[in-house]
Amino acid sequence: MRIPLKTLINVGLLLLVIALLLTINFMASSYIQRVIISLGINIILVVSLNLSNGFTGVFSLGHVGFMAIGAYTAAILTLPLSLKAVNLPDLPTWLAGVEMSFLPATLIGGVLAALIALLIGLSLMRLSGNYVAVATMGFLVIVYAVLVNWDSMTRGARTFSGVPPYTTFWWVWGWAALTVYVVWRLARSSYGRKMMAIRDNEIAAQALGINVMRTRLLAFCVSAFFTAVAGALWAHFITAFSPKEFYFTQTFSIITMLVVGGMGSVSGSVLGTAAITVLSELLRNAERGINLGFIQIPPVYGASQILMAIIFILVIIYWPKGLLGGREIDFSRLFIRPQRQKKSEE
Amino acid sequence: MTGFTNLIQQLINAFSIGSLYALMAIGLAMVFGILRLINFAHGDLIMVGSYTALLVQVAGMPFWVAALAGITASALAGLIMERVAYRPIRGAPEVSMLLTSFAVTIFLENTAILIFSPISRAFPAPSILTAALKYGTLRISSLDLIAIGVAIILLILLTLFVTRTKVGISMRAASEDLLAARLMGINVNKVIASAFLIGSMLAGVVGMLWSARVGKVDPLMGFYPVLKAFVATVIGGMGNLPGAVLGAYVLGFLEILLQGLLPATLTPFRDAFVFLALIILLLFRPNGILGPTAREKI
Amino acid sequence: MLTLKDVYVFYGHVQALKGISLEVQEGELVALLGANGAGKSTTLMTISGILRPRSGSIIYKEHDLTKTSPEDIVQLGIIQCPEGRRVFGGLTVLENLWMGAAARKDKAAIQKDLEWVFSLFPILRQRARQTAGTLSGGEQQMLAIGRALMARPQLLMLDEPSLGLAPLIVESIFNVIRELHSQGVTILLVEQNARKALQVADRAYVLETGQIKLSDNADKLRTNPEVQRLYLGGPSS
Repeated sequence: MRIPLKTLINVGLLLLVIALLLTINFMASSYIQRVIISLGINIILVVSLNLSNGFTGVFSLGHVGFMAIGAYTAAILTLPLSLKAVNLPDLPTWLAGVEMSFLPATLIGGVLAALIALLIGLSLMRLSGNYVAVATMGFLVIVYAVLVNWDSMTRGARTFSGVPPYTTFWWVWGWAALTVYVVWRLARSSYGRKMMAIRDNEIAAQALGINVMRTRLLAFCVSAFFTAVAGALWAHFITAFSPKEFYFTQTFSIITMLVVGGMGSVSGSVLGTAAITVLSELLRNAERGINLGFIQIPPVYGASQILMAIIFILVIIYWPKGLLGGREIDFSRLFIRPQRQKKSEE
Repeated sequence: MTGFTNLIQQLINAFSIGSLYALMAIGLAMVFGILRLINFAHGDLIMVGSYTALLVQVAGMPFWVAALAGITASALAGLIMERVAYRPIRGAPEVSMLLTSFAVTIFLENTAILIFSPISRAFPAPSILTAALKYGTLRISSLDLIAIGVAIILLILLTLFVTRTKVGISMRAASEDLLAARLMGINVNKVIASAFLIGSMLAGVVGMLWSARVGKVDPLMGFYPVLKAFVATVIGGMGNLPGAVLGAYVLGFLEILLQGLLPATLTPFRDAFVFLALIILLLFRPNGILGPTAREKI
Repeated sequence: MLTLKDVYVFYGHVQALKGISLEVQEGELVALLGANGAGKSTTLMTISGILRPRSGSIIYKEHDLTKTSPEDIVQLGIIQCPEGRRVFGGLTVLENLWMGAAARKDKAAIQKDLEWVFSLFPILRQRARQTAGTLSGGEQQMLAIGRALMARPQLLMLDEPSLGLAPLIVESIFNVIRELHSQGVTILLVEQNARKALQVADRAYVLETGQIKLSDNADKLRTNPEVQRLYLGGPSS
């Protein structure tokens, strides 16, 4: 079986990057390790959002709601009994005695999110473009309101703390690899072609007999599942959080990463996420003020958000398809000259 | 008797809130009609105007000067927004435009936080706005009456504008068919700028009334108003000016209704219920109440 | 009056016009014929400045249209009545007509032109206050032409005025076109209905997949066997 050179180069480089990642992780400071974990979680978030937004054209602005569902569900389930008694005294009795390990809790969070996605999806999938965006925003507002007010389950607006720190490099990157693999395969399958057909021209797709509703719904639910998993991972990483972590600021971060990487490109999402995660870390450090010896730049809190917004606007104006132009990355291009194509302008 | 007065009070409340939403929603609908852009940053125009008015008052000027300054600031901010962020992406897919407006919101809100700190500040308003009028057991806030009055006047003026002036009719034409409008030689840039100008001025007016009503300003104050205004346009059928107004009043009434009907434990969920109602509405009327019921013609 | 030379227009990578050249003299009625997708509408959109050619020149009375904005092109008097009519459905007939004159400032003359349009299309006077969306296809076409006339065109470009209309209505539309021609309006007529177009035109071009394949006087083209076979449904129509 002859493997094309292009594939060899791409796979080879991918393995190289993985090896690099592992090395950095185990040799670097704990700060860098934390950044690498954040990166992994962000990748799951962005790639799963891409499945919905980029590939099916269902533009969800409320996905962070699923993240919250995953986070809170898993956290409530894994919270040690002793802490439950203290922090969540009004928990219903069937929950108060439950304490699960990480994987089942995460899976339950994911499945719950997927079910909710199914429910709201049934009404949302018939809507187009702008209306979907609004409806999903509405979903996020609803989730937020529920979280803030359902005191007995979530401690309302107060910090939910004491979550056991189960998240490790392997959990995060294991899930990340799975997410990327699933989305990649979906995109490449006939299923994926259907999705993109719907995205590009819904009416034509219907005319071709593609069941728009079912295809979109499936993508939406799968996407919700992985987003919730990311939420669970995040909850057990940061160990303390409150509803406001799952609102529009977070939404905007994820969307920035999505747009920079390019919707409709899985590898683009990964790269975009990496770029923005690193950049925002740098900016956040800079916010505390920079001491260059002879120059001292004073702390400017919030500046990183402003810069992100500006970057976002610039990218949308100048690279609307993302840095990779909506295509998948192809390292081999660095090494092999593409064949000259004479067909286009005759 | 008190049941009746309560009803009157709630009605006035609903109309008043509906009026504010209506003035906001029109701005959104005008821009959406022509550009198909949902301008989330429209909410921040309220914030810009309010802070400007605050600063002007702190500098010692009387309220009416501050209000004018605030409205002007909102108008300018809207024009700048259009020129810098939205014009370069004209013709881009709908989602790009939506996202850009998000980015503009984040930019404005965080800049405000940077300059003014996230803590809210008191907004001084003249007694004419804060007074409460009493008729027997009936208590009406003069702000409510003023809000309703201002809204009615502005709505009438706006109707005259879009039906009698060339720019107004051009705006409606551009909403219907932008390409055909260009072929008529209509200067699309001017029409769009006018839409932004008017919408932003209206947002400025809302800012003054809203800040007086709530008594304070903070950098994120525009967030909920724009969300509500947005729901209003969706209810009424997007891009449709009368629809936006109708949707706004429906929303105002819905909110007050829910406030009254929901058991005390559920009132904090009021906003969630409003959105739930919206989602249900979209289930049956995907294009809003006044939007086209016909499916897209091929 | 209007000269296109070697105009190439692309939609992204797709080539729509492959080096076309044509000209329209003052007072002429020139027809641009061709099947669907041949590039006729593209040609008009390029002249109107909505699309820009990748290369080639478009000169109108010494003005280089490729460097002129669509609004200014309208000011020069080049008015297009687009394909599919595209009337402003939510506006009344009267408002639609006023929009035609949107770029003009001479109020009195606009009033006179309104009268002129009503005299050409009496049905529009009857329906003046009705919303354009409620008009029939034929009435909308008349409105579209009337709207274009309100701009006082020096060069009137009509894109498929007969599209989707019943034969009787087509007849009356073409009568109006003939009337305008006799009143001295220069017209560039794009049509799929070659028979009717050649009946009213002075000269005609035949466009096929982005290239001008034939160009001649209308009567010569009517008897041209190729044209007869491809566009006129057989000999001796």
